[in-house]
Amino acid sequence: MKGNRLATAAITLMAAALFLALLNWGAHLFFGPYGRRLLIAWGINSLLAVSLNLVNGQTGQFSLGHAGFMAVGAYASALLAISQPEGFGPFLGDTGSYLWILALFLAAGSAAALVGVLVAIPIFRLRGDYLAIATLGFGEMIFVIVLNLPATGGARGLGGIPEHTTVLVAFGALLVGVVIVKNLVGSRFGRAFASIREDETAAEAVGINTTKYKVLAFTVAAFLAGVAGSLYAHHQVFMVPHSFRFMKSVEIVIMCILGGSGSITGAILGAGVLTMLPEWLRLQERFRLKVDPRMVIFSALLVVLMLVRRQGLLGNRELSFSSLRAAIKKLGKNTLDRKGIADA
Amino acid sequence: MLSQQLVNAITLGSVYAIIALGYTLIYGVLKLINFAHGDVFMVGAFVGLYTISSAYLGLPFWLGILLAMGACALLGIAIERSAYRPLRSAPRLAALITAIGVSLFLENSFQMAFGAQPRSYPPIFPKEPIPWISHHLGVEMNFSQILLILVSAGLMIGLQAVVQGTRFGRAIRAVSFDLQTSQLMGIRTDRIIVLTFALGSALAGAGGVLYGAYYGSIDPTMGIMPGIKAFVAAVLGGIGSVPGAMFGGLIMGLAEVSVVQFVGSQYRDAVAFAVLILILLVKPTGLFARYQSERG
Repeated sequence: MKGNRLATAAITLMAAALFLALLNWGAHLFFGPYGRRLLIAWGINSLLAVSLNLVNGQTGQFSLGHAGFMAVGAYASALLAISQPEGFGPFLGDTGSYLWILALFLAAGSAAALVGVLVAIPIFRLRGDYLAIATLGFGEMIFVIVLNLPATGGARGLGGIPEHTTVLVAFGALLVGVVIVKNLVGSRFGRAFASIREDETAAEAVGINTTKYKVLAFTVAAFLAGVAGSLYAHHQVFMVPHSFRFMKSVEIVIMCILGGSGSITGAILGAGVLTMLPEWLRLQERFRLKVDPRMVIFSALLVVLMLVRRQGLLGNRELSFSSLRAAIKKLGKNTLDRKGIADA
Repeated sequence: MLSQQLVNAITLGSVYAIIALGYTLIYGVLKLINFAHGDVFMVGAFVGLYTISSAYLGLPFWLGILLAMGACALLGIAIERSAYRPLRSAPRLAALITAIGVSLFLENSFQMAFGAQPRSYPPIFPKEPIPWISHHLGVEMNFSQILLILVSAGLMIGLQAVVQGTRFGRAIRAVSFDLQTSQLMGIRTDRIIVLTFALGSALAGAGGVLYGAYYGSIDPTMGIMPGIKAFVAAVLGGIGSVPGAMFGGLIMGLAEVSVVQFVGSQYRDAVAFAVLILILLVKPTGLFARYQSERG
């Protein structure tokens, strides 16, 4: 049994490495610099959506301040990288560069998780829309603090951040994030999250420490958002606090909901749509408008989605090879059935 | 100096109070944070601009305010019908997300239609402080400030009279207390909800025009921060309570002006959230709380 599990882990690891290598190779073969930037943006947004999914989709708590944790991670990582331009270079040479990036991620994630715990402990005394408003408030307060700290360069922005985020780094981080979230969801913790989502009072009644699990989900989500912020900082090289305001949080929420809250692949799908759609719109000549039409479309999309398909594109299902096979089988069976009726 | 700041605080607080009155009414009947409320306020300001400004229709001020109130009432009805009513039986988070969507849609479509840059409001009242007041009270107040304070106080009294004294008001209170039971008692709840929306939106519209007349410039995103602060004011006063909304608005005005005065203007927006988090943690039902609802 134990050996079996080890083998599964080894196969998964190898598959992940193969996937990343193929992705990296494909990205360099088929895409130019623009395409690769878009791919990286998708990866970062996916990590944000997957992490928020843990709070919104799995635990059923509504957070509107996710961009705040992204900001904490982005600035922690950027300031650390700027203050140590050599990284681990002096000690480990070239091989240290990936370790240094890993260290930056851990620093960014830890900083965001720390802020996450501090925020979570008081606000999870609230429920529902009051919770949403309070997370919105904390997100904006993080923004105001970042804006006024002397080290962050304030509204003028922070430049000279070393570029570390490649397709490989971004999707590697996403993969690790997905594995963390997936394992968490499949574990005892995940069942506690789901019970809170379904009925908080009942969960409490059967002895689940709801506050503990809510804080846990929130903290892990904040950690991953911090890592995503770090990816963002080392991707953009220059950033301003205004990128991490309420609108960014809403964008992440839309990604989550569009794909289907409660589904990891759904979150990645939603992030893909919200990354690619505005770019595609931007490239359409006939839509050239004075103002970015992006937000009008997003907001209309959000309302229509809520009215027509509240559970999102995938609902709480996952896109996987087995579900694909099942769908094809069902399709085939339906066609056969229809044929059978026609024959009769 | 201090008394001058107090006057500024009361003026600002009156703006928040007008918006908060609508919030408190709508939250009362629907148990929904109507995120779009601040944007209805913005739409009211724009309707005021186009009706009052001599470059467009050039109507008198009072007619402009009435038209803005009417337009906003219609907008409120449209929002309720198209976006909130279909979700009445859905989980509340779905309705909240829809509300955010409606809010963003209004902001961004107005940005597309009217441009993002601030528009200057027609000078309706003289900007100079009234000499009598500066001579006798030692503070500078101009006419639009006095109007703002008086109108918001008047609206509060009027609203309180409607909610406490009329059949419609009694229906509003019944629906806020228990939607299903009031339905069983023969109250046409859908109608009450839509009328409450119209009433609250009309108040926001009036607030928008007064805000424009006082501050002199408006833009499509002007409703976001006052909207959030007015929500905080409504929570502070106790959701569902009309005097609470007024009181909360004034406290928010005071808090903001004193933070700007003593700490720094960059923290002007953070103070609202600090107050909100504090009040939710200490006394989540608000100061004038009426109904116990799912809050903590």
